[in-house]
Amino acid sequence: MAILIDKSKRVLVQGITGREGRARTRLMRDYGTNVVAGCTPGKGGEDVEGVPVFNTVADAQRSAQESGAVVDISVIFVPARLVKDAAIEAIEAGVKLLLLVPDRVPMWDAMEIAAAAKDHGAAFIGPNTLGVLSPGEAVIGMIGGRAESAREWFKPGDVGVISRSGGMTSSCGYYLGRAGVGLSTLVHVGGDAVLGLRIPDVALMFENDPQTRAIVLFGEIGGSQEEDLARLIAEKKVTKPVIAYIGGKAAREGTRFSHAGAIIEGARGTHEGKVKALREAGATVVDGFGELPEAAVGVLSR
Amino acid sequence: MARLHEHHGKSLLARAGVAIPKGHVARTPAEAAHAARDIGGRVVLKIQAWTTGRAAMGGVAFADTPDAAEAAARKLLGMKVGAFPVEQVLVEEAVKIRDELFVSITIDDAARAPVMLLSLEGGSGIEERGADVHRLPMDVRAGLDSAALRRLLAESKIDKSMHEKLADAIERIAKLAKQVEARSLEVNPLVTTEDGRVIAADCRIAIDDYAVFRHPDLGIDIARELDHPPTDLERTAYRIEQADHRGTFYFAQLPVPDDAHDRAVGFHGAGGGGSMMSMDAVGRAGFAPANFTDTSGNPSAAKVYAAARIILAQPGIVGYFGSGSGVASQEQYHSAYGLAKAFLELGLDIPAVVRLGGNSEDRAVEILEDACRGLKASVKGFKKDDPPEKCAEAFAQLVKQNGAKAWKPRERRVPAFVGDTDADSFAIRFGGDWGGSVWIDVERCTPEITDLVVKHSGGVLKKDEQGFPTLAISKEEAASRDSEMIACEIECIRAGHPVVFVDLPITGLDSEASHGIAAAIEGGAATVNPEGHG
Repeated sequence: MAILIDKSKRVLVQGITGREGRARTRLMRDYGTNVVAGCTPGKGGEDVEGVPVFNTVADAQRSAQESGAVVDISVIFVPARLVKDAAIEAIEAGVKLLLLVPDRVPMWDAMEIAAAAKDHGAAFIGPNTLGVLSPGEAVIGMIGGRAESAREWFKPGDVGVISRSGGMTSSCGYYLGRAGVGLSTLVHVGGDAVLGLRIPDVALMFENDPQTRAIVLFGEIGGSQEEDLARLIAEKKVTKPVIAYIGGKAAREGTRFSHAGAIIEGARGTHEGKVKALREAGATVVDGFGELPEAAVGVLSR
Repeated sequence: MARLHEHHGKSLLARAGVAIPKGHVARTPAEAAHAARDIGGRVVLKIQAWTTGRAAMGGVAFADTPDAAEAAARKLLGMKVGAFPVEQVLVEEAVKIRDELFVSITIDDAARAPVMLLSLEGGSGIEERGADVHRLPMDVRAGLDSAALRRLLAESKIDKSMHEKLADAIERIAKLAKQVEARSLEVNPLVTTEDGRVIAADCRIAIDDYAVFRHPDLGIDIARELDHPPTDLERTAYRIEQADHRGTFYFAQLPVPDDAHDRAVGFHGAGGGGSMMSMDAVGRAGFAPANFTDTSGNPSAAKVYAAARIILAQPGIVGYFGSGSGVASQEQYHSAYGLAKAFLELGLDIPAVVRLGGNSEDRAVEILEDACRGLKASVKGFKKDDPPEKCAEAFAQLVKQNGAKAWKPRERRVPAFVGDTDADSFAIRFGGDWGGSVWIDVERCTPEITDLVVKHSGGVLKKDEQGFPTLAISKEEAASRDSEMIACEIECIRAGHPVVFVDLPITGLDSEASHGIAAAIEGGAATVNPEGHG
């Protein structure tokens, strides 16, 4: 069992006729994802890579229901300023999990999406996420860039990866693989300050996933996700071993480091505070990223 | 800039119906005196700078007369905050305060909703005093829970006559936060005065960088959260990012500690997390990054080139360290071409270590190292199996071998055939005010060299009947094929025939009159003659 995505999940792509949507649909299908439909207003009736395109999410949902199924996940590749409307459309059409790929989604839009998701019992990943990949199963988003790279880099196994950085999601997966560690699922929660599924939420999913034995985390300065995970570990709600690296030791207060979420605000979100909280809770925190795979191997062999 | 000065924030509050002290911004002591005269009575003068604890650093002064205000302003306007001189002071009526409240709206990432922090004992140093701060969760759509707010006020020691006025002001503040899409909005203190008014005596507002596009009225020129007003280089970089949307480009300068100037590094990351991790790795090897840069999301070669040029506009750096996540899903050779072009144009003579791990990394490393083989500098590429710590060690070795020589920014080298009437050229355009042109030294194009040029042009060029390179596509299509042409330029250099040059003058770095090319492009002129060569 992996979390969030496997090859049985039926995936819709919103913005499928755009450059990114088209390219990533190919990647997802090449890797084994069950992409059942696409959606672009005004392009209903066309097809992309053999995937039928609908005008609205509701149309796609109806078509899926006719064959006795529902859309499980919608992957959104529309321009940032249109993400809110696209996401709310999917939520209202009954899609229970969304992946919001675009960068630069305004924060107050993300909060409105969160409110709508809460009303409808839906969840979302991102914004500003590269996606989720379960090795040997399926991928949503664009982790790996090419299906053959993704197959070469990430091997199935029993470690779950959670990262706030897209590139580092791949890096963690690749370096763990090279050290002989396989993966259950890699999750890029996104680089923004307001996210759907946060690190602690995903950690709880890994906790409940029988395939996963340990969790590798790439954290960053800013926000409180790492501190919240530390609390779950301390409260024994996350009992599987956590091996973490926190980026941004050299960062300064008040300056945003690329990611919208990577900013130390006053005393909140410091590198030191996160490392301390995780270590005190019992997680393994390495000082150099290069030490991460070895630390994971060490923890798994215990 | 997504952070607003106090006076700017206050003007927004006033427009939202929250009273502010009577005041004026002054840029000179004379203006301050004038402002004090207009306000009348005792005034307070406050430096306008992005910093907390202005009072503690001597950035706040009181004056009873216009003359005293002038003298105080003279002192304040001579101050520096960090490296930045104070340019404005706010001169305001000194209000007679009765109660001080702290009102702050921030984004609660765990709740995915705004939250108001409210203390009925506001004023400076609230963090240190550990005052009683109440959390009032907000609904992103419905706003503040006004019943909860009124309950808090009812339980407070504040005179009852003020409760309704305070509640109204606080609700207006909450509405303003949503309206301007603030990432944080703090009024500290919100005061009640002895004459029964409620006034926002100070404020700090930061707008969400990603929402700035919806608020042109705020006049924010750089939508970027920094801890200092943007530098000229940061402005130059921001212009390029805005002009060219292919991939992201983030550039921020960092202060190098006084004792670390012989260890200052030009830093070029790729990907937010990978950049931060790599910056930490080079920091652990004893270096001080002079800047933070991130080009990622499949950036064009031109964007990577511009980033390298901007990084290398910083004097004193002892080396160039590039590294990202190490396992990039983007094709890395575009970056290699862009870097090689910048290094060659500038005649790099400090070491460069670039970790180009990811898709097409073998090709990327070969391009970079081979193209730069004639440079005085050691240019070394690394791949995904090389951990950042190893790259940082190799970098430290190279810097040592180079005697930690400090980089001197210099003019880029432009080949003589650029601007030559016998050469061919066509324009390339990215948007905004950034663009350039491709030049081909036709005179030196033997049929064999033409074959080379055409082969590496990615379909942009073809061989004409006389055996010279010519456009294979329309000028309009060619205008966006800068990555192919940069690749072509570098491949021709590698083959020993530097007959192609992509001229990309950067406003702010290069002299405007770069061979009169900018003007030619401005008029939309593409001087290539598709029919043949004169």
